[in-house]
Amino acid sequence: MTKAFGSVVVLDNVSLDFEAGRVTALLGPNGAGKTTLLKGVLGLVRPDGGSVLIDQTAIDAVGRYRESVGFMPQLPRFPSHMTGHELAAMLDSLRGFQGRADDELIDAFDLRDDLDKPFRTLSGGTRQKVNAALAFRYATPIMILDEPTAGLDPVASLALKDKVRRCRDEGRTQVITSHKLGELQALADDIVFLHEGRVQFTGSLEALLEETNRSTLEEAIAELMGGGGRWGSLTPAEGRTRHGDSDDRTAPGLRVIP
Amino acid sequence: MNTVRTLLVRQIRDLSRARAVAGYGAFMAMATWGLLHFGGGPERAMPSLATLVVLVVPLVTILITTTYLYHSGDFIELILSHPVGRRPVFLSLYVGLVTTLVGALLLGILLPFAFTGFASTAGKGLGLIVVAAALLTAVFTSLGFLVAFKVDDPARGNGVALLLWLTMAVLYDGVVLYAAYRFAAYPLETPMLVLMGLNPVDVARVVVVMALDASAMMGYTGAVFQEFFGGASGVVIALACLTLWVALPGVAALRTFVRKDF
Repeated sequence: MTKAFGSVVVLDNVSLDFEAGRVTALLGPNGAGKTTLLKGVLGLVRPDGGSVLIDQTAIDAVGRYRESVGFMPQLPRFPSHMTGHELAAMLDSLRGFQGRADDELIDAFDLRDDLDKPFRTLSGGTRQKVNAALAFRYATPIMILDEPTAGLDPVASLALKDKVRRCRDEGRTQVITSHKLGELQALADDIVFLHEGRVQFTGSLEALLEETNRSTLEEAIAELMGGGGRWGSLTPAEGRTRHGDSDDRTAPGLRVIP
Repeated sequence: MNTVRTLLVRQIRDLSRARAVAGYGAFMAMATWGLLHFGGGPERAMPSLATLVVLVVPLVTILITTTYLYHSGDFIELILSHPVGRRPVFLSLYVGLVTTLVGALLLGILLPFAFTGFASTAGKGLGLIVVAAALLTAVFTSLGFLVAFKVDDPARGNGVALLLWLTMAVLYDGVVLYAAYRFAAYPLETPMLVLMGLNPVDVARVVVVMALDASAMMGYTGAVFQEFFGGASGVVIALACLTLWVALPGVAALRTFVRKDF
């Protein structure tokens, strides 16, 4: 897949296999093209070139293939007047969904009461729970989760990760992007590392750790990035450490200690 | 078809609850009632109503359209991540907006006529004003769709929409008038007609002018058209012109939407 927005090449001939029944972590710094790639798979972004195949079959232009894809977007804004139940009923009708919905997450998050309230009254975290519950609702064989645990409290986050593991046990294919490398290490079978629109690494987690000679995903990614420092704010950049110097010690407010 | 029905039901319920649409209907009702009540009967009120419709309908329509579409961006994205084609989504968005806007407009104009009992006296003129207003709504909904899908930034998009309205409803006639004055020595009928056909607001103006036999009040282009067509064929051509103005930006907007990145 290739995609440019204007003169900015976001995806540069990205070629990837997401193996069936496995959890793939899609990693990369901000602006690496992760979300664009996922949206390209979903048909939300129209690629300039390339194609998406599901089980060796090219996807159709109309989007019937999305029957088998569940998507959890990154912190979406739901229609403020609608309730979760109304939205779910509408999506059921759009999908022509007749079967029994998967409401494991609704129970795990204890969401029943919140689904009767309009979205504008829900907190960001609760909205994210509804987002997750809706994504898993149709028990699709393919799950695409974009920053799924962002904004979730630890309990909900655990419940979601349990759900991902159960889905893997059921043989469903899952792709997850996240910046929380620690939790991905416990979850992912395969790693894809994107950097500036190119695939920097693709393979199993074990292969990545072996290749970089590190024990954690965090360290391995830092290694891929070229010796650390550029991966988010995990290690403070050189110039920033001055803030902690002795003169400011009495100053109130925010302190950054290297 | 299922997609369109599901989305339409939700959208029309959503939009008819929206304050902007209700306010639009209420404004039209108050203005119409005021013109009828204080303007000295339907004959005197009709030209004023026509002027008001030709100015206000495009402005309100295009702004509500772009605002609504920018506001619905995330929702459209959510819908499109499900097994739903883009064309049905476009169709339901379009039909939903035109239906509610025309509904608010019809209620706003017709209720005061019904209550004051002037509907029968106003007759054909009122009918043509309503038809022209409905077509203008469709034209500026199409243009609003085109702007909203072409321009990603809401602030810029609304600015472009406003500028489009200002150009078509106000500036254009000024330029045409200036041209007519400059080139008064030449036979101008044909170029004037072409110029007028290029502007949907002018075409709609002509339709109501035809209906009211008040060409002198409606600007230079209207006068030319009245002279040229005079009778019923003029109205038919003008309506066809407006329909084209609905279709062309509408199709362009659809093509943009189908290729758009979310």
